[in-house]
Amino acid sequence: MKRLATMALAGLMAAGPAMAELVIPDLHYRTGPYAAGGIPFSDGYQDYFNLLNARDGGIGGEEVRIVGCETAYNTERGVECYESTKGEGALIYQPLSTGITYQLIPRATVDGIPLHTMGYGRTSAANGEVFEWVFNYPGNYWDSASVIVNYLLDQNEGSLDGQSIVLLYHNSAYGREPIRTLEVLSEQYGFDLTLLPVDHPGQEQGNQWLQIRRERPDYVLMWGWGVMNQVAIQEAANIRYPMEQFIGNWWSGAEHDAIPAGAAADGYLSLNMNGVGDLPVLDDIQQYVHEAGMAAGDGNNVGTVLYIRGMYAAMLAAEAIRTAQEMHGVSEITPAMMRDGMESLSITAERMEELGMPGVGPAFEVTCANHGGPGMGRIQQWNAADQEWVTVTDFIAPDDSVTQPLVEEDSMAFAEESGIELRDCAN
Amino acid sequence: MFYREAGDFKTSYAADNQTFAIRFDRHGYYLLLAVAIFVVPFVINDYWANSLLIPFLIYAIAAIGLNILTGYCGQVSLGTGGFMAVGAYASYKLMTSFPWMDMVSVTLLSGLITAFVGVLFGLPSLRIKGFYLAVATLAAQFFLVWLFNRVPWFYNYSASGQINAHERSMFGMAVTGPNAEVWVKYLFCLFFVIVLAWVARNLTRGSIGRQWMAIRDMDIAAEIIGVNPLRAKLTAFAISSFFVGVSGALLFSVYLGAVEVGEAFGINKSFLVLFMVIIGGLGSIFGAFAGAAFMMLLPVFLKIFGVDMMGWPADIVAHFQLVIVGGLIIFFLVVEPHGLAQLWRLAKEKLRLWPFPY
Repeated sequence: MKRLATMALAGLMAAGPAMAELVIPDLHYRTGPYAAGGIPFSDGYQDYFNLLNARDGGIGGEEVRIVGCETAYNTERGVECYESTKGEGALIYQPLSTGITYQLIPRATVDGIPLHTMGYGRTSAANGEVFEWVFNYPGNYWDSASVIVNYLLDQNEGSLDGQSIVLLYHNSAYGREPIRTLEVLSEQYGFDLTLLPVDHPGQEQGNQWLQIRRERPDYVLMWGWGVMNQVAIQEAANIRYPMEQFIGNWWSGAEHDAIPAGAAADGYLSLNMNGVGDLPVLDDIQQYVHEAGMAAGDGNNVGTVLYIRGMYAAMLAAEAIRTAQEMHGVSEITPAMMRDGMESLSITAERMEELGMPGVGPAFEVTCANHGGPGMGRIQQWNAADQEWVTVTDFIAPDDSVTQPLVEEDSMAFAEESGIELRDCAN
Repeated sequence: MFYREAGDFKTSYAADNQTFAIRFDRHGYYLLLAVAIFVVPFVINDYWANSLLIPFLIYAIAAIGLNILTGYCGQVSLGTGGFMAVGAYASYKLMTSFPWMDMVSVTLLSGLITAFVGVLFGLPSLRIKGFYLAVATLAAQFFLVWLFNRVPWFYNYSASGQINAHERSMFGMAVTGPNAEVWVKYLFCLFFVIVLAWVARNLTRGSIGRQWMAIRDMDIAAEIIGVNPLRAKLTAFAISSFFVGVSGALLFSVYLGAVEVGEAFGINKSFLVLFMVIIGGLGSIFGAFAGAAFMMLLPVFLKIFGVDMMGWPADIVAHFQLVIVGGLIIFFLVVEPHGLAQLWRLAKEKLRLWPFPY
C-alpha cells in the first residue's frame, strides 16, 4: 500500500515539472496557550524564506514554497499536519514542540524525511548512528542543563557543594528532559536538586512558589514554555525571589515572558542559543519582505529573541539545502538529499557574517555520528527599563563528559527497543 | 418512492425485531459495511487514514461508550479523557509486560481494566446525581491524569514520562509502530468498531438497555417497577468504561504511537467526546458515529475551505473553528437537543412519505 502511494506520489512529481520548488512545511502554533512563543518563531521562519525568495530568487535558483499548518501545540493536530503536508514533497520538518517531535521521529524515519528539532525534541537524537533522519543541532536540553551548571560553577568559584537548586519544569516530555543530566551533575558537584513540576498549561504555580518561598533555594532553574514562563516570573517577583538567581533555559527567555512582570523582572537570567540585537539581515527583511507586504503574522515581532531563533532555524535549513544542492549537483533536491546536506552542514563565523547575521549562533559542523552540534549557549539578562535582553556571557560550552554517556545510553536503549541497526559512521 | 416499507412483510418475531426494519436501510447498511471492509482498505492513503478515518473510528468507539452512560443511562460523565488514559496506560503496561500477547487481547484486556476502574468511580453515582455526579467524574478525570503523571511505574520509569507503542504484529503484519501499513491499522480499528457497535446496539435494545433507560427517565419509578439501580448504574459504568478504554488503547497504540497523558487525555478530550455525543444525539448509536464524524471532519473541512481555498491565515481559521463548534453546540441544544441522529430520523420520516406527504 505504501509502495503504491509512493509510486502515485512519484508519478505526481514526475508529471508536474512546473512545480519545481523547495517545499518547506511550517508546523506553527498561532493559537492556544503556547502561541506567545509560537508566533514570533514562525514569523521569523517564514520571513527568512520569503526574504530568500524575494532577494535571491530562492535557494540555488529554486523558489521556496512554505506550507503552513496550525498545530496549536497539540500532538494530534501535529500528526494531522505532518500527514497532510508530507505528500507535497516536504524537505524538512521543524515542529517546535517536543511532544510532536516524539510523534514524528518514527514516522519521519519510515517516510525518509529529515526532522530538525533545534534545541528541543529528543536529546539522544544527537547520536546520528541511531537517529539517521533526526537532527538537533546546535544544542539540546542536556547541553543546556550542563551549560547552566557550568555558568553557576563559574559564578561560585568552581564549587556548588551544598548549594540547593530547584528545577521548576513543565510537566511534560519537554520539562522532564533535563532531569537526568541534572541528577548526574548534582552527584558530581554535590548540590541538592529539588524537582517541582508544573502541569500544563502552567497557570497554576502557587504551590510550587510557596515551596520555593519556604526553602529559599540558592538557584531556581526553569524549563518552561508558553504562559508558564510569564506566570513563573510574576510569581518570583511576588515572593521577591532574587531574579539574579532565577535562570530559565532557552525556551524561557523571550521578551513576552519578562515584560508582564514589569520592573520586578529586572535581572532575570536565561540561556539563549542565538545572538540578540541588531543583525544586518533584519534590514533586508524589512526592505524585501515587510515593505513588499509579505510579512508573516502582523510583522511586529522582528528582532525579538524567538523571531531571531526562527530565522536562525530557517537559515540553518537554507544552508543545508544549499549544501545538498552543491553535493548532488541539482537544484531541485529530494528529502534524502536534504538529509545528506544536513549531515554535511558546516556553519562558520565567516558564513554567518556573509549572511548578515554575525554571531547569531556558534560555528559548528554536523557529522554522521554527531547530529547534535556543540550545544553551546549564552546567558542573557533582562533589562526591564529598556525592555531588552542583554547578553552577559560569551558562548559557554557544555560538559560533554557528562552529556555524551547519557546520549549514548539513551539512544542505544532506543535502538534496542525499536530494533534499529546502527549505521556505520566510520567510513 | 425509493424509501418505503410497503410490501416489506415481517413473518417472525426475529424479523420484526431487527435493527434495520426497512429493507432499503438494511441494504444500505450492508453496502456500507462492504465498502468499509472490501473497498476502503485498497484505496486508502496515509493522509485519509491518519487524518480522518482512523481517528474517526477510534472516537466513534469512545462516543458510543459515553453515549451508553450519558445517553442511555442518564449519568453525566466528564471523566472520559481519564478513562481513555486508563485504557492507553493499561495497553502500554500489557504490551511491555507481556510482549508475546497479541494486540486484540491487549486491547480487550485494557478495556476490561478500564471497566473495573470505571465501576470504582461509578460507585458514588448510587448516591449522587446530576451536576454532583458530573463533578465527581471530573475529579476522576483530574485524579487519573495526575496519577499517570505522578507514578513512574505507569510509564516504566522512562526519562521523558512518555509511553511509546512498540511494534506488534498480527498475521505477520505490523499493527502498531511506525512500520505498520495504514490499511492494517484501519482494518484493525474497523474490526473493533463493527464488533463493539453491534454489541452496543444489541445491549441497548435488550433487557439491560431498557433498565438503563428506565433509570435515566426516572430512577425512583424504575426502582418501583423492579429495576435494581445498583446493578443498572454499575453495568452502565462498566460497559461504558470498557468502550472508552478500548478507544483509549487504540488511540495510543494504533494511532498516536506515543502519548503524554496530560496533553493527550486532558479535560479537553472529555469535552470533545461529550460534544460528539451531544451534537450526534444522546441515546443513539448512529448519533455517536455522526457526532464523531462531525467533530473530526469539521476542523479538516474548515482548514481545506479556509486555508487552502480562501487563503485565510491559519490562526484565524483555527480561532473560527472554536467559534463555530461553540455556536453549533448552543444551536443544537436549543433547536434540536437530540442532535444529528434526530435530524436523520426526521429526514427518514419525510423520505418514507415522499413524494406524497400528508
